[in-house]
Amino acid sequence: MKENGQKVIEADHLVKIYRRGSEEIAAVNDISLSVKVGEFVSFVGPSGSGKTTLINILGCLDNPSSGKLVLAGRTVVDHGEALSEATLTKIRREIFGYIFQKFYLIPTLTVIENVMLPFTFYKKPGAENDVERILKLMGIDHRKDHLPGQISGGEMQRVAIARALVNRPRIILADEPTGNLDTRRSQEIGDLLKGLNQKEGLTIILVTHNPALAERADRIIELRDGKIYAPVHA
Amino acid sequence: MIKILNVAYKNLLRKKTRSGLTIIGIALAAWVLVSLLGFNKGYESSLNRDIDNLGFQMIVTAKGCPYEAATLMLKGGTGLRYMPQNITEQIAREPEVEAVTSMLMQAVFDPNKGESGGYSAYLGVDPATFPQMKSFLEFKQGKWFTDPDALEAVLGYEAAELEQREVGDPLLIIEKNVEVKVVGILKRTGTQDDGTIFLPLNSVQKIFGVKDELTGVGIKVKKEADMVQFEEKMYKLPDVQVVSLSQVKQTIMTLVSTAKVMVFSIALIAILISVVGVINTILMSVMERLQEIGILKSMGATAWDIFKLIWLETLILCISGGMIGAALAMATAKLTEVLIRQLLPYAPSGGLVQINLSLIILTFGVVILIGLLSGVYPSWKAGRVRPLEAIRSQVE
Repeated sequence: MKENGQKVIEADHLVKIYRRGSEEIAAVNDISLSVKVGEFVSFVGPSGSGKTTLINILGCLDNPSSGKLVLAGRTVVDHGEALSEATLTKIRREIFGYIFQKFYLIPTLTVIENVMLPFTFYKKPGAENDVERILKLMGIDHRKDHLPGQISGGEMQRVAIARALVNRPRIILADEPTGNLDTRRSQEIGDLLKGLNQKEGLTIILVTHNPALAERADRIIELRDGKIYAPVHA
Repeated sequence: MIKILNVAYKNLLRKKTRSGLTIIGIALAAWVLVSLLGFNKGYESSLNRDIDNLGFQMIVTAKGCPYEAATLMLKGGTGLRYMPQNITEQIAREPEVEAVTSMLMQAVFDPNKGESGGYSAYLGVDPATFPQMKSFLEFKQGKWFTDPDALEAVLGYEAAELEQREVGDPLLIIEKNVEVKVVGILKRTGTQDDGTIFLPLNSVQKIFGVKDELTGVGIKVKKEADMVQFEEKMYKLPDVQVVSLSQVKQTIMTLVSTAKVMVFSIALIAILISVVGVINTILMSVMERLQEIGILKSMGATAWDIFKLIWLETLILCISGGMIGAALAMATAKLTEVLIRQLLPYAPSGGLVQINLSLIILTFGVVILIGLLSGVYPSWKAGRVRPLEAIRSQVE
């Protein structure tokens, strides 16, 4: 499944500066990296090291102050100049599936409705045929008619992962996906992500404080003060 | 696949109490609006019906103050002026005229009437035309006289009560010392007819010695006719005055207009309050779901998708409120009528509040417009949310 060698993310000298009064804070400070198709990359580092800011930029949720970003061969940002919001929306829904620490499930929609919610706004051709398979893959097919309030936290995150998968993304961006889960559930989510990477060939970018989860990645990149501190191979 | 309408509906279910209260606010505004528009329509048509029930929309009388003449005709009095009887034929020839009826009003002072005496009003009417023109008059007892020269009388409800007469009883016309037989007693109409004693025209002319003369001609004008133009034409007849009931109607409508302005102001305030309520509810809902809206955008929702979603939520609230309000207005139309009657200087008989389909559609139109307008700002604000705002909130 993996198309080894082909780069899906190319970041070149990315900088993100926040201004607080007269003070300038470089949340991301001159980071260059690339991620290959089918790669599983973990970003680790202490709070405030710039992990979330970086993943937001890579996922087209935020614009860098300067630098260049190329996604699947398409230049998204060049010299800090980003494409329009409408174009970025198209890129986001074509390329990415996002998983967040909070699950953000709609409490009045059933599991299956939450999973299929992205289709309300955008649907890749034939994507609906994968829904049942994804529910099974996530182990929540028997819960599909339940409301989020009727399932466990681990199951909720599985629903959120299923929701991120339904539109056949090329890259999964997961920001602290186990932050709200206990050790056992975290391990299960880690297994799921690893399975998606290995069996489905999905590129996974993970931000986590959880060392055990980070260890599942092909590559761990540690950030400190907005810079790459140490790339470590798992 | 879940439709955006379904998502909007289920979003509203998340805060049932708040959504419910907003719907109640809109329902109250819709209720006020339907009731007042229903009143606006009902009042005028009831007034028109009352005027139609008079049988004729115009009275031609001999020259003099038309209002005085009318009063004399309606209430009895002295100093009556007369017109020649052939004027009736002349008027009947006009193309605008549907029907005419000749009338001769006479009044006699009866010292035994009431505490200090009073006038008895005798109205001579043509048995061939008057009953037809006043076909809505119902009899408590008996029926109309048919012989134009008969010494027979039909008594209005109050006249019969006052004279204490029943069908078959004799009735003495004081001063003239003529006795007529009561052949009919009318049911209560709520009009001046209640106090009138009707006799055949020829008999009144004979009894009072006013041969070939009339005090008035009642005219029923064709529906399609131009009343103003016809009125001007009538004024060209020699020595006549015209009392048009459209003038009376206009006067009443002017009196009522003050009350109408007041009630419409209340409706406007109710609508404004509900608009503010809707904006507040939706805006709060947007603020609470800011993170979630960001997530929806990260899933691929465009600004327009979010705008539609929030707008639909607003519309669902407004349409639900509109439906409840319209149902409430229909259910409480009678109560509203009672309340409105207390406020008005004059209220015609019959239903004052008329609620029909076109009114409901109009109200729905207004309510939907309220929904569309009040949803614009919250929807626009929600549509502008950048997905990053959600992510940042998550970090906090």
